[in-house]
Amino acid sequence: MIDDKYLFRLEKGETFHILDQDGTANSLDPDLPQDMLLKMYRMMVQVRSFDEKALKLQRAGRMGTYPPLSGQEAVQIGSAFALEKGDWMVPSYREAGAMMVKGVPMKLQYMMWMGNDRGNRIPDEVNCLPISIPVGSQMLHAAGIAWAARIKKQNLAVICYFGDGATSRGDFHEGLNFASVFIVPAVYVCSNNGFAISTPVTQQTHAETLAQKAIAYGMRGYRMDGMDVLASYVMAKDALERAKKGDGPTLIEALCYRFGPHTTSDNPDLYRQKEEVQKIIKETDPVARFRNYLVKKDLWDDPKEKALREEIDGLVDAAAKEAEQAPPPKFEDLVHNVFASTPEYLEDELNYFKKVSGGSPP
Amino acid sequence: MMMNNVQAVNDALMYEMGKDPSVMVIGEDVGTEGGVFRATTGLQQKFGKERVVDTPLSENGIVGCAVGLALNGMKPVAEIQFSGFVPAAYDQLMSHASRMRQRTMGRFHVPLVLRMPFGGGVRALEHHSESDETIYTQIPGLKVIAPSSPTDLKGLLISSIRDPDPVIFLEHIKLYRAFREDVPEGEFTVPIGKAKIALPGKDLTIIAWGAMVHVSLEAAKQLNDLGIRAEVIDLRTLKPLDKETMLGSVKKTGRAVIVEEAHRISGFGSDLSAIIAERAMLSLKAPIIRVSGYDIRFPLYKLEDEYLPSPQRVIVAAKEVMNF
Repeated sequence: MIDDKYLFRLEKGETFHILDQDGTANSLDPDLPQDMLLKMYRMMVQVRSFDEKALKLQRAGRMGTYPPLSGQEAVQIGSAFALEKGDWMVPSYREAGAMMVKGVPMKLQYMMWMGNDRGNRIPDEVNCLPISIPVGSQMLHAAGIAWAARIKKQNLAVICYFGDGATSRGDFHEGLNFASVFIVPAVYVCSNNGFAISTPVTQQTHAETLAQKAIAYGMRGYRMDGMDVLASYVMAKDALERAKKGDGPTLIEALCYRFGPHTTSDNPDLYRQKEEVQKIIKETDPVARFRNYLVKKDLWDDPKEKALREEIDGLVDAAAKEAEQAPPPKFEDLVHNVFASTPEYLEDELNYFKKVSGGSPP
Repeated sequence: MMMNNVQAVNDALMYEMGKDPSVMVIGEDVGTEGGVFRATTGLQQKFGKERVVDTPLSENGIVGCAVGLALNGMKPVAEIQFSGFVPAAYDQLMSHASRMRQRTMGRFHVPLVLRMPFGGGVRALEHHSESDETIYTQIPGLKVIAPSSPTDLKGLLISSIRDPDPVIFLEHIKLYRAFREDVPEGEFTVPIGKAKIALPGKDLTIIAWGAMVHVSLEAAKQLNDLGIRAEVIDLRTLKPLDKETMLGSVKKTGRAVIVEEAHRISGFGSDLSAIIAERAMLSLKAPIIRVSGYDIRFPLYKLEDEYLPSPQRVIVAAKEVMNF
């Protein structure tokens, strides 16, 4: 037997955590300004409302397949609040909350899920890629964008979101490896919600944590409580600052839970006990946790809550209505956006389209 | 200046990198070593390690990162050592590079050039002789180029780097050092999407690209001795295809032979054949014939000459359409 002195070992770090479920903060509380705390909470409520509305729209046949994010608000909103305007966001498909903070309007996001191609047309001033559906494939884009930022000496960093399932894919390895080899300013946030559709994370990896995978790439890896918006903010802020200083990328594993199905086509009752899910929601809901914190700080009360919810629900309803009414692009707009200048064969196809379909839809 | 195809790649990159500071060369062994075919020799010495970068060994990583680099304002020219290794990067080409402009309605685009040697005939290892052009022509949003001469290669490579959309740039492995020709120095471009008449003729049209242009020219020479004047079209760009030049020739000669190295079923030649049938049917005096590789994997090199279309096979096809 080979002596154990030759064996490489990993020492596990502690899970980073600030808020308990009752709202008690530990000594790591960043003491953020009141207006910022209230903005964060407002965004959490808005994202939850957006998500619940999306489910209703889908169930009513007014929207296509949608991947709910309820339960993952803290990971997304805390880390996205740590971004500066010039920073880039590279999201997966379950990042409506982070994207909203970054400046992708609710209306656009609803439009995309309603099958309107214009919904992926991210506003010019927002450095955010559209969602990436092939799991984990966006991790390389984050490395590339950050690599270009380093070459161009742009003072910015890139935040990239993905899930626990992505860590099994080659893109995870390749993305982290390239990011680390080229010492790029990127922060990789893994929302480990425990399940890739139905497959538990214990079946994605035999490793004890996902964070420890960072060690193999020669980069920093952390684990945090993903139901804790303050932990998410502090950890992302720290990693972004280090990235901008030239210290290279960071992998953050955020332990969270997806309260709903993978998508509206999924039936989570096949792989999770309803009672267990209800218990987890009760014990870990990140929105309730942050509200408890604000109440403890005397920043929040029931009348404020009621007023906010009414206001937000109104905004969400309006966004949904506007999205439903937004016309899709003309068919020719799709054809004309394949290349910068449209080759003849595509104009031929467009002419054929016009002939057989009697022109573009209104 | 006299140069072969490898030197033409180098010349184009030297010129364009000197002109445009956003152009980068990335790939496996492209820096210190100058690439496995030495096409990038001297670039790192001239432009530094920040712009000519030896990457980790990962085709998917190279293409995926190149997408990100391009999204943030760089113009990456990525080299894949052999086209037979691109399948690992197919996801990034299919799912992202090719569709970013359209899915974001023009908000983002990916000015990326993916260079790769393709084709057989040099007694290479398994996975080193593939002709996968149809894989790329089938993906909306990619341009596909396959030059056959150093002059066209230089001019098309510079045009590809300046193109704001992703370009698959296929460099035929057998042509790399096959011959030299006088290539214009300095600024020189060849437009994407324009075929050329490599040899004028009146009796039949032979359509080819890459190394098959030279196989076709050799066949045409021998046919000439038999009194048959073949016109050889070098497509140069597969997508967007120059239909006009191809159809103009076929309408003139009334006969078409398509020569391609790739597997026969669903090869690019099938598409060309369909276009000719759709657009020049009434000019045809004989059926369109495809001379192609077979639907077997590319053999190890003792049998590669059996697989590859030869001047003899082109001549057989030409006689068939002439005698129909």
